[in-house]
Amino acid sequence: MCLAVPGQVVAIVDGDQQLATVDLSGVRRSVSLACLVTPDRPIEQWVGRWVVVHAGFALEELDVAAATETLTWIDRLTTPA
Amino acid sequence: MKFVTEFRDPASVAGWVREIAHLAQRLDRPVALMEVCGGQTHTIFKHGLEALLPETVELIHGPGCPVCIMPRGRIDDAIALAEQPGMIFATFGDALRVPGARGSLMQAKARGADVRVVYSPLDALTLAQTHPDRPVVFFGLGFETTAPAVAMTILAAARAQQANFSVFCNHVLVVPALEFLLQASGLRLDGFIGPGHVSAVIGTDPYQAVVDRYQKPVVVGGFEPIDLLQSIWMLLLQLVEGRCAVENQYHRLVKPEGNSPALAALAQVFTVREQFEWRGLGSLPRSGLAIAPAFAAFDAEQRYCLPSQASEDSPVCQCGLILQGKLKPWECSAFGRGCTPDHPLGACMVSSEGACAAYYKYGHGGPRSPMAAPRRFAEASARPPLQSELAR
Ligand code: SF4
Repeated sequence: MCLAVPGQVVAIVDGDQQLATVDLSGVRRSVSLACLVTPDRPIEQWVGRWVVVHAGFALEELDVAAATETLTWIDRLTTPA
Repeated sequence: MKFVTEFRDPASVAGWVREIAHLAQRLDRPVALMEVCGGQTHTIFKHGLEALLPETVELIHGPGCPVCIMPRGRIDDAIALAEQPGMIFATFGDALRVPGARGSLMQAKARGADVRVVYSPLDALTLAQTHPDRPVVFFGLGFETTAPAVAMTILAAARAQQANFSVFCNHVLVVPALEFLLQASGLRLDGFIGPGHVSAVIGTDPYQAVVDRYQKPVVVGGFEPIDLLQSIWMLLLQLVEGRCAVENQYHRLVKPEGNSPALAALAQVFTVREQFEWRGLGSLPRSGLAIAPAFAAFDAEQRYCLPSQASEDSPVCQCGLILQGKLKPWECSAFGRGCTPDHPLGACMVSSEGACAAYYKYGHGGPRSPMAAPRRFAEASARPPLQSELAR
């Protein structure tokens, strides 16, 4: 139920309704950005960004640098096997 | 798939398994960790992660499957709504096959009710707009991950003055369930893997009270194999170092303070119920959401007369104990015999995130048996079989 999938915002569909097209690994869907758009981050600024989508809504922005950090963390640990 | 497949990399999985084994050795006592969310349970079974862990690290599957904790009486109410004259009843697919006293929504549909599966609550609002002459009710269920989508949809319905649209609200809250497990159920636990997508909404701050009060570490974790292994490693490290804190493994998505537009919508549209009934856990104080009086026009519970009768689970079904982490699916006498995903006796066998269904789909043998895990990461799990496994 709480499944959410990463996707990239590719275009604005309807600025007033806060709807955008998000590319979810090749599948394009109309997704609401109502949880992300704020006065200082208007909808136009979201094109190109990565978000995580659940039940037709972008839940949160995906922090690309943090994702890389999670993936490379193991490289810093040096426990002998 | 970007931001998914990288988090399944076998070499990295093997590395984390090695680090976990190292910490478990230093800890030198058995520990029980609970993954709270059903989505995490699904990942653990799908990728066979349990078989990769040291014998001393046990995973307990938590109550974080909103379909599984829905009491039968609420399913009966949903069916009563779906059978109202002219009604279009819109629901997520997960809820279709959950058995109530009078069967499931799927069976109500077969009897003629107009039950439609939607991907988003916004799709249900669109149905109301395209069928202005018919009432449309959306079956709102889920934790704080899903509740903002429903709150935003009710706000959109209010803006559009969509008079034929309402929501049957069954949203539940994660933290009261954790408190119940720690306080009332007497379950022995050493720490929690917190639910990542719930936490994207509520943040990591709400877990601080759990940590302070019960002295159990919480690591908010993601949903891919590396996320879960790293979360387990972070919990073990806290236990080894004698620390107890809220930590955030899923920091690519989760902020300490959560998502403020989503939280604002929740506060505006919902109020917290004094009590809400959970299947298997009983009535928990301040654990569920109702639609606030200002939005009563969109509250199906107020617009329609519902039977709202408690109804007992099937006597053989042990979902209650499964949801409290006290029983493993294969220990239920009906598992795989009277109860399968095609003919579920209880909700834990319905949703793919229910422990029974996940276990049925990905392993049939028993705890840690060679069949219990697909061994996707065979190179990481090369340990000699245990005597108990050979005997089975
Ligand atoms: S196997 Fe079926 S009957 Fe047994 S606890 Fe799970 S859902 Fe209930």
